[in-house]
Amino acid sequence: MTIKDIFDTMDYGAAPESSAEAMAWLADRGGIAGPFIDGTWGPLRDDITIINPATNERLAGLTKCTNTEIKEAVKAARRAQPKWEKQGGPARARVLYALARLIQKNSRLLAVMESLDNGKPIREARDIDIPLAARHFYYHAGLAQLLDEEQPDRQAIGVCGQIIPWNFPLLMLAWKIAPALAAGCTVVLKPAEYTSLSAMIFAELCQQAGVPKGVINIITGDGETGEALVNADVDKIAFTGSTAVGRRIRKATAGTGKALTLELGGKSPYIVFDDADIDSAVEGLVDAIWFNQGQVCCAGSRLIVQEGIAEDFYARLRRRMDGLRIGDPLDKSIDIGAIVDPVQLKTISDLVATNSAGDTYIAETPLPPKGNFYPPTLITGLHPADTLMQEEIFGPVLVATTFRTPAEAVEVANNTRYGLAASVWSENINLALDIAPKLAAGIVWVNGTNMMDAAAPFGGIRESGFGREGGWEGLTAYTKPNVKPKALKPIAPYSGNGAALGLDRTAKLYIGGKQARPDSGYSRAIYGPKGALLGQAPEANRKDLRNAVEAMNAAKGWSKTSGHLRAQILYYIGENLSARAAEFAARIKDMTGKSGTEEVDHAINTLFTFAAWADKYDGAARGVPFRGTALAMHEPVGNLAVFCESHWPLLSLVSPMAAAVSMGNRVTLMASEPFPLAATDFYQVLETSDVPAGVVNILTGTHADLAPQAAGHADIDAVWSFSPADISAVIEREAAGNLKRTWVNYGKDHAPGARDLLAQATEVKTVWIPYGE
Amino acid sequence: MSLDPNVTPTTTMTANVPQIHLPRNAGTELDLDWVAAVQANTSAIERRAATLPGRRSVKKAHQAAWLCKAVSVIDLTTLSGDDTHMRVRRLCAKARQPVSAQILDQLGMTGLTTGAVCVYHDMVATAVDALDGSGIPVAAVSTGFPAGLSPLDLRIEEIRRSVADGAQEIDIVISRRHVLTQNWQALYDEMRMMREACGDAHVKAILATGELGSLRNVARASLICMMGGADFIKTSTGKESVNATLPVTLTMLRAIRAYEARTGFKVGYKPAGGISKAKDALVYLAMIKDELGDRWLQPDLFRFGASSLLGDIERQLEHHLTGRYSAGYRHAIG
Repeated sequence: MTIKDIFDTMDYGAAPESSAEAMAWLADRGGIAGPFIDGTWGPLRDDITIINPATNERLAGLTKCTNTEIKEAVKAARRAQPKWEKQGGPARARVLYALARLIQKNSRLLAVMESLDNGKPIREARDIDIPLAARHFYYHAGLAQLLDEEQPDRQAIGVCGQIIPWNFPLLMLAWKIAPALAAGCTVVLKPAEYTSLSAMIFAELCQQAGVPKGVINIITGDGETGEALVNADVDKIAFTGSTAVGRRIRKATAGTGKALTLELGGKSPYIVFDDADIDSAVEGLVDAIWFNQGQVCCAGSRLIVQEGIAEDFYARLRRRMDGLRIGDPLDKSIDIGAIVDPVQLKTISDLVATNSAGDTYIAETPLPPKGNFYPPTLITGLHPADTLMQEEIFGPVLVATTFRTPAEAVEVANNTRYGLAASVWSENINLALDIAPKLAAGIVWVNGTNMMDAAAPFGGIRESGFGREGGWEGLTAYTKPNVKPKALKPIAPYSGNGAALGLDRTAKLYIGGKQARPDSGYSRAIYGPKGALLGQAPEANRKDLRNAVEAMNAAKGWSKTSGHLRAQILYYIGENLSARAAEFAARIKDMTGKSGTEEVDHAINTLFTFAAWADKYDGAARGVPFRGTALAMHEPVGNLAVFCESHWPLLSLVSPMAAAVSMGNRVTLMASEPFPLAATDFYQVLETSDVPAGVVNILTGTHADLAPQAAGHADIDAVWSFSPADISAVIEREAAGNLKRTWVNYGKDHAPGARDLLAQATEVKTVWIPYGE
Repeated sequence: MSLDPNVTPTTTMTANVPQIHLPRNAGTELDLDWVAAVQANTSAIERRAATLPGRRSVKKAHQAAWLCKAVSVIDLTTLSGDDTHMRVRRLCAKARQPVSAQILDQLGMTGLTTGAVCVYHDMVATAVDALDGSGIPVAAVSTGFPAGLSPLDLRIEEIRRSVADGAQEIDIVISRRHVLTQNWQALYDEMRMMREACGDAHVKAILATGELGSLRNVARASLICMMGGADFIKTSTGKESVNATLPVTLTMLRAIRAYEARTGFKVGYKPAGGISKAKDALVYLAMIKDELGDRWLQPDLFRFGASSLLGDIERQLEHHLTGRYSAGYRHAIG
């Protein structure tokens, strides 16, 4: 073509970034990617072929680590961990700083390798992935520097197994490794089998940065390799990937005592109100669903647009889609690159092919003749009942529906098993800031999408997983209290055969603000240490638990109350308990044989402590590098089920209850198994203290029977166990169903502090609010 | 010549005056509901503007061709208090031969001229004379430029005189106060009167976006001017402290797109002031191409208001041919 021809057509032409350096880098290393264990490379074996998804041609070979190699890596990490932690935060900060600098200095090699390996546009690797990865190391260098002083009573969790996905290979590596290193952990990281190459470059940078051998180990392979790592001798598993695999990991680690954080899938809503800047909202979708070919866990993949503007919005969106350029990922004028692998391409194609609902629009933009490319696709006129409104497609396919009112927008948005992210578009600050807290999501972007930063916690609720990455919250997931928990000895209930003294008193369950007889119709006799019959405790079953959950749901308004109101009610409970202190102390003495005076006093004090916290456990405005603010807000988790500790009949009930209620949760408490009668007395205190019905529910019965029911109930958002009963494993295993948060003791007395309780009683929601007129 | 608005004119067909190819924007009734519904989210617009240069890259022969395109849409401008007739004639000579004949010959672009020459009213006759036979139109800034605060009847009369002197394009300035006080009716009426005074000369409405306070005002003022019959909307006089920017451009392009979608009329766009680098020009062209489409990449729908931009483009074009970076003194001044 002559210049004159181009002058007439004004085509972009090709603008390819050279892959020469990256290909030479691979060739210099024999074209094989393999493990980096204890500071040493290899062995390098050509077990798996890595393809370039843009061409489907071979890019490199990959070693699939054997079980022995995986064990060696874990052992190396175990050996290196104590010294690495003992170096102290400031020493670790220097290493993290060096890694940040080295990523910047090698940014183009990393970007090109990422694009070759994953198929993502070079622009995204160059302008987003790599700078964010460097930023993550900078930020965590800072956290490491401050950690010893800021959190003196916490220590490193230990050896962390980390499994990352293929969609942001280096960035997810940074999200995993930076906080682990800052906290003093050592890691064994497994990159995804499709995309292990940037991790190889990173491992070389580790050598240059002076990371001691064994601190960072990288193992390569496929799903089996990851599974072996999950089952290896590690103290924590951090996983980012699909919900299905996350669920398997939850089951596999259940009861092992391994800490777990999961960052899973999503079907994030993208809500557009009729007063939004429509063109900007359309453009935002380019960054939401056509970023990284839609292979983004937090992609705004569910468009929910106000009915009155829907047709106009769709028309503008279709026009915008036609302007998207899809092709060679290394071309600097490309918006959309290749799908990572033919397997993924087929998944996307199949999901769209099986859908017959709505109207499907495929962008009128040319596709390259070969390689794994899928065109930008919009499916309008869907409804929540349609499969594609519920299932994660993980590709460049946007589904759309409409709403009438703000309340309906929230209802439609929250009608999902996931809860990762959400976008809200409106020029009305009242509306936008009203909607943001109502969305079931860990991250909400106001008039924007896919904003991320190391300082802003990232993570989901519901089946999008649990745990946060970024900020102090993310670091906390790699530390633990530096106390050694003692084994908790189960207490067998006392037996006897005496008759009850005085007039018969009937202890009942307390559900929805009412005293209720157990569904089973059974009660258990409770005897004192000397065999005196103290009373009968009802034996709650799954139906009583179900009723308690219904009651908690009916009390949703509690979560919207102010901290001030919740504090007043907690103080009032304390006041009323104080008025009956002698009675509770006597009851405790009857059941346990020990004086209850101190315990009652402690319980009152605990009520006051959480009353104090109710309006003081603040979120934070995070220092993210953009004009606006990212609010890390504390929200209640929702419906909690708590299995109480045994030894302290009253305190073990009051302490988790106060923490949960102070943060706006509704709670169902399974009372101390051997000593339940203080709990059944306690509901009378609740009844006189203005506690709304359903906010606190009390069940008595066998923990081992109720634990799988609570953990398996899809409408319970978290389960805590302080019980000496051996129920930790079953709770964690059953929790895999809806991937609820669990906090269990593995039969130990972990005596949590107030801040631990508060952290477990809250979700962190990050709300991004850009400014600017 | 084709009158079909859907046909992209070839270079040889391309004349600079819009009404030759396209039905001229007739304007519409003032639609205040539409104006009130227009929103512009500054942060989101800035994000799009900031990422565009990273999304589009034009290299090698394509870059040379795009830079030639940029030359063809420059309104080569002198708007200074010390302008003289010879100064204007020198500029007109540069408009006829914006890039050295030798370079154009090697590029296969012989005959390339700028889009127009833009001067004050007093210089119109001189410019018309200097450009006689070149086909290059003369644009005049004729409404109490740059503040637009002289009496309305005098501003209207200035337009008439510029047209009488041979200006084919009139760059008018709007009354910013009408925007800042949301007096949309007054803005619309003013635009209508000025359009009428222009007659067959086509009219570019300068919004002076740097003085409008917000992108929302830019979007709304753009819409009003198009309703009032503007053939082009233009960012700036070049005299405000902030002139053409990418966020302002994106806002105005979106208004043009919405106006076309509703009325069918294609309105032109002219960023002015502050665009002095070849690289910037490429980004602007890419934004036009992506936001409005290829049809807008012709001088009848797009112009750069610029004076120093041409010098940088000349150096880049020479670099394209020689592979060596050029120097300013090797190229004729305008």
